[in-house]
Amino acid sequence: MALSGLDIFKLLPKTNCGDCGVPTCMAFAMKLAQKKAELSECPHASEEAKATLGAASEPPIRLVKIGGQSSLEVGNETVMFRHEKTFYHPTGIAIELRASEGQEKLLPKIKEIEKHKVERVGEELKTDLFFVTQDSQDKKDFLGAINLVKQNSAKGIILYCQDRATLKEALGLLKDDRPAIFLQKELEDADIELAKTNQASLILTAESFEELAAQTEKARSAGLNDLLLNLESKGVGHHLLHNTILRRSALKKNFKPFGYPLFSRIQIKDDFELAANASIFLCKYDSVIVLPRYDKALLYALFTLRQNIYTDPQKPIQVDPKVYPIGDPTPESPVFVTTNFSLTYFIVSGEIENSGLSAHLVVTDTEGQSVLTAWAAGKFVGEKVAKFIKDIKFEQQVKTRKIVIPGFASQISGDLEEHLPGWEVIVGCQEASDIPSFVKKVKLT
Amino acid sequence: MTFEIPEETHAGKVMEVTLGATPDQGGTRSHTVKIGGSTSSPFHFFEGEHPHSPVVAMEVFDQVPAKYPDFLRNYCRDVIDQPAAMAKKCVAEYGAELISVRLEGTHPEKGNRSVEEAAEIVKHVLESVSVPIIVTGHSHFEKNNEVMKKVCEVSAGENCLINYVETDNYKTIAAACLAYKHTLVAQSPIDVNLAKQLNILLTEMNFPAEKIVMDPLTGTLGYGLEYTYSIMERIRNDGLAGDKMLAFPMLINPGYETFRVKETRAAEKDYPEWGDLEARGIYWEISTSMSLLVAGAELLIMYHPQAVDAVKKKIKEMFVPKKGN
Repeated sequence: MALSGLDIFKLLPKTNCGDCGVPTCMAFAMKLAQKKAELSECPHASEEAKATLGAASEPPIRLVKIGGQSSLEVGNETVMFRHEKTFYHPTGIAIELRASEGQEKLLPKIKEIEKHKVERVGEELKTDLFFVTQDSQDKKDFLGAINLVKQNSAKGIILYCQDRATLKEALGLLKDDRPAIFLQKELEDADIELAKTNQASLILTAESFEELAAQTEKARSAGLNDLLLNLESKGVGHHLLHNTILRRSALKKNFKPFGYPLFSRIQIKDDFELAANASIFLCKYDSVIVLPRYDKALLYALFTLRQNIYTDPQKPIQVDPKVYPIGDPTPESPVFVTTNFSLTYFIVSGEIENSGLSAHLVVTDTEGQSVLTAWAAGKFVGEKVAKFIKDIKFEQQVKTRKIVIPGFASQISGDLEEHLPGWEVIVGCQEASDIPSFVKKVKLT
Repeated sequence: MTFEIPEETHAGKVMEVTLGATPDQGGTRSHTVKIGGSTSSPFHFFEGEHPHSPVVAMEVFDQVPAKYPDFLRNYCRDVIDQPAAMAKKCVAEYGAELISVRLEGTHPEKGNRSVEEAAEIVKHVLESVSVPIIVTGHSHFEKNNEVMKKVCEVSAGENCLINYVETDNYKTIAAACLAYKHTLVAQSPIDVNLAKQLNILLTEMNFPAEKIVMDPLTGTLGYGLEYTYSIMERIRNDGLAGDKMLAFPMLINPGYETFRVKETRAAEKDYPEWGDLEARGIYWEISTSMSLLVAGAELLIMYHPQAVDAVKKKIKEMFVPKKGN
């Protein structure tokens, strides 16, 4: 939890010696509070001051990495609601693989999951981790599955194996891969040792808040800090409350034992209930979720939800500025222009599509601002729109010489005609939902 | 290690709103549905009261939307052009707790059906089902006002939820709701201040606060969901913090908004990485519904029967009025 300047001042020598380069201890305390100075700049700081300030500068929820090269980073969140600031590290999505399925079945599955990607508003969306479960009589199946993942995928691995000796062997296969170990029983010293010697993070499981706190304290005091928390719940309602309480304790009460990312392994048979649970867990604080199976349609919905929830509310999502074909446009088709705020693009392109028209949609770079905002900020003005159209040599691609601008930017009409000789500017409707009726009334080509 | 659950209590309370009216209340419904009344964040039973569970409505149409997917038609192919029969099926077979009658066909550019036709449809739906009903209009102010006035009149006393009014067009419909004892949806374009302003305008014309439901405007998954989500969280937080003009139950439209976007209409053969079309549509509606439920939605108007089923199960599972584990 952040300390105020006054809190910090109380910990300083109060001698105003100036050795830190700042004339008074009070002024130095203020700089520390604003993170514009480091305590090490004061040569006279007490051990108590170092300990207190050190703890205060620790993030309230630890950043944990899983995986080697393309590692997943989760945690380090600072708010309960995304509108208060933003959620920083999107929930990692893992797919569960069972050793008992056998390598013949697992190989094509791993390959397909590895290459599965969806593009959405310029972002490549994919799964992050494999969760490998030892549920076979023969440990060779488990070790074989891990080798298959390692050989065919760059994704991180979470291991679930009840037998410690087999787990140890598995960890031996994953040197430098920073795996995570899913522990579904009371934490023992040997587990901590195993995680530490193999640079693995540990996912702790408990049935109550007290039990969970006791386990994290045990791991922390043994110097193991790469932890994730799995508090078991009876149903999705309890899960929501548990996650809220854990996150709130860490952020608002600075309760260190819960200052770790949250984890959930979902084991639901019904596809639609699975989608419902996963959706809530993504919104409400799980940093890693494990899905019991690979389902492209489900993943697309979850990827999109994750992208939505983890978008920085201060920075709108943008689409690439370029000409988007709607339907099957020819050089004679109508031309519309709008801004590159993703929502504006989606709605306008959807409504042109709904009108049944084939058209060219010119999307200019307004740094992700919507029409009114971009116009007010001078980013969607005649000169800029005209320059963009000329720069991309759009005039050579179409024969149409009429261009529809958004109704909210009607003021740019004259300016645009001036900078775009030979074109007629048509002022369109203000609301995208009126496009289908607008195109019926106005001659666009 | 001692651990204490960090509870947060709130000064405010979400208004409790009753939908429908039984015979002794002047209507013909077999029961009423109550929403709202919460004193803490959605489903936070450990630190507040939630007297009423969120509810799921399904929608029937005077004119089926042009983009209504084929896989959805399969669930009601025999009755899709008969709103009253479809309403009955939605309640009896698919578990709809309320019925929304969408009168988009009265829009001058989408069918221009008459005011009388619309009123007849509403009357028939009221006769065919006993659950409370919602009547959903459109954005053509002039026509919509005429339609809603008549609907309010022919369903007098039923306490229908008249959906919706907005800042630029609220007086006529609000007056009709007052005269014929209906409840009203106040819609605002994903904006806390505009939402509050409309609620103030309504209460200033003596519209009773306990008859207002807010619609923050639903952006479906991938189409502005994050804006709706955060606006709902802000509205609810402000309402619970004591701002009475934001403390109303909220309605969302996951069905209508989901089943017109490309992701629920494009075939798998064109987008192989998107997966099976119908499953994708159901997932899309479920994800939209579940995320907005935890953001504060109390009344959901949904379309796909399997999505309705899953969401209703989950609402029940989340409605756990006791403390701790």
